[in-house]
Amino acid sequence: MFGTKDREGFLKQFLVYALLICIGFIYVYPILHMVSSSLMTLDDMLDSSIKWLPSSLNLSNYEQAAKSMDFWNALWQSIVIAGVPTICNLMSCSVTGYALARFDFRGKKIVMGIIILSFVLPSQITMIPTYVLYSNLGILNTIWAFILPALFAQGFKAPIFILIFWQFFRQIPKALIEASRIDGAGHFRSFFRIALPSAKPAFITVALFSFVWYWNESYLTELYVHGVYGQSDWTTLVVQLDNFAANFSSYQQTATAGATNLNESINMSGTLLSILPLMILYFVLQRHFVESIDRTGITGE
Amino acid sequence: MAETKKMSRREKKELKERMKHLKSGTLEKRYARMGYIFMIPWFIGAAVFLAYPLGSSFWYALNNIRITPLGRIFNFVGHGNFTQILIEDPDFMIYLVDYLTSTVISVPIIVVFALIIAMMLNMKIKGKGFFRLIFFLPVIIVSGPILGMLNAQGAGSVSAIDTAALSGAIASVLPDIIAKPISDVFSNMITTLWYSGVQILIFLSGLQKIDKSMYEAAKIDGGSAWECFWKITLPNLKSMILLNTIYTVVFISNNSDNPIIGLIKESMFSGTKEKGYGYASAMAWLYSVVVLILVGLFALLLATRKDQYEKQVRRAMKARKREAKNKKKIERRNRRNARRIEQQRAKGKITTHTTKRDDY
Repeated sequence: MFGTKDREGFLKQFLVYALLICIGFIYVYPILHMVSSSLMTLDDMLDSSIKWLPSSLNLSNYEQAAKSMDFWNALWQSIVIAGVPTICNLMSCSVTGYALARFDFRGKKIVMGIIILSFVLPSQITMIPTYVLYSNLGILNTIWAFILPALFAQGFKAPIFILIFWQFFRQIPKALIEASRIDGAGHFRSFFRIALPSAKPAFITVALFSFVWYWNESYLTELYVHGVYGQSDWTTLVVQLDNFAANFSSYQQTATAGATNLNESINMSGTLLSILPLMILYFVLQRHFVESIDRTGITGE
Repeated sequence: MAETKKMSRREKKELKERMKHLKSGTLEKRYARMGYIFMIPWFIGAAVFLAYPLGSSFWYALNNIRITPLGRIFNFVGHGNFTQILIEDPDFMIYLVDYLTSTVISVPIIVVFALIIAMMLNMKIKGKGFFRLIFFLPVIIVSGPILGMLNAQGAGSVSAIDTAALSGAIASVLPDIIAKPISDVFSNMITTLWYSGVQILIFLSGLQKIDKSMYEAAKIDGGSAWECFWKITLPNLKSMILLNTIYTVVFISNNSDNPIIGLIKESMFSGTKEKGYGYASAMAWLYSVVVLILVGLFALLLATRKDQYEKQVRRAMKARKREAKNKKKIERRNRRNARRIEQQRAKGKITTHTTKRDDY
């Protein structure tokens, strides 16, 4: 019943599956809830006999949410705001990680200490002077406020990415790079020709995480790029969702007909719309996502 | 006679010069210097986007800053901002205590939960890919506004679990100060669990690195799965547990759902005379110090203690090193004494009566 030492028993397996399914259900419960209530009409919401399945397929909530969020524009800008700093992050963090893994220069331990400290430190502590700095540089409320730090390995959560690259480049056998040097390659050449091509899994991991984290960041995006009072044209889906109620009421005023009051269904449709692109990305790339973490050892002991 | 001596000295010098170039590890050192070139972007970034803001943030915190059309006016107030926050601000202390209690409670829950799920995902089960897909989903969608939206709609807790009854039961047993955060955690169970996405990933990759033969050896020696967990799995995951704990604390502290962070931003842009940039900076400093202390405490609590074997090895290495050092010292002293005697003999101060061995 409980199994021998070699084979797992029926009961134990059953327990594991039951637990996994239960917890799995708790995990997806909010998403299921979101999907089901986003499809409901107001009548369905109020009807207590309807819990999960709406009486009819109703897509008008999505329509209204998308219009009030200015969906296509926000989607495009989200992709730019998450994508461009990600590319910068990849460049700067890989170079830094390589330097930390390959060279034993003086003060390396201090540098590592600073990197770890800057990971632990809340970003709020540098937020205000950085805000002033950006406004002095004239890059506040533009996308450069995200690009510039990312170019110099100080982007959002950059310490983690540096550590991932560091961990990965450490695993590349030294002999490989020494061999390339004997064959006459310079430092940069051996970096670009040997180290970079073999670090593909690390690049995929960092690119995915960086993209996702930039996408989901609302606080700093609102402060640096969107503008606290919405001064700039830049916006992202998550920021739009954060100001959903305000957006919706302004949409309501301009819309001529067919606008209803803000209700839970519309809220849920808006939420779903703002995570839908990421979910699609995740389902497409999930194999890379999971495997690359196994390979890179994101863990950085 | 004198010339040859000179020659030999010059030769020695040349030899020394040549030796300098040939010294072992010079090439390594020259390589190492290349590291700085690769580090240039980071150095610039750390100076401009880390050191400079950190310094000026501290300066801001000591000042009352007013923004006028002519620019920012600094008015030095010393610790005025800090005392104002700690004594007069009604929200900050309340939020801070809330943050501390909820963090201290939810961090162990998240880490333990992540460990359990990671261990289950690491077993031989069917549909591993499917379960992984589900459990890593939160990594993608966790963000402040979305969680806020879900919580507002009551999707953050499972309606099947009667949280009201649960919190009632907790409140009847525990005092109010402890009961409230606990029932808060339970009523937001899903969001708490959703925070454990990355932690599951980290644990899973740690579990996969553990040598399978260790378990086999334990099995042969008659160890049960329970013993294997405590004696093999947990010690091997020690560093991961520390990492995950720190990650969780940092994640919760930086999450934009956190009310303190909202408060900092709010006071940054508040138009009142007492608040503004300086006040917000002081608040950020206070908050950061609290977070650092919290991380430090967790790290101290979980810091990996070296096991007995490692300790002994280290002690033996130390003893050996000390011995080698002493040996060198004695050698050096002997050489020095010999040289001194030689010198004094040359000056004629010492006359030694050498006895030949043949005499015996």
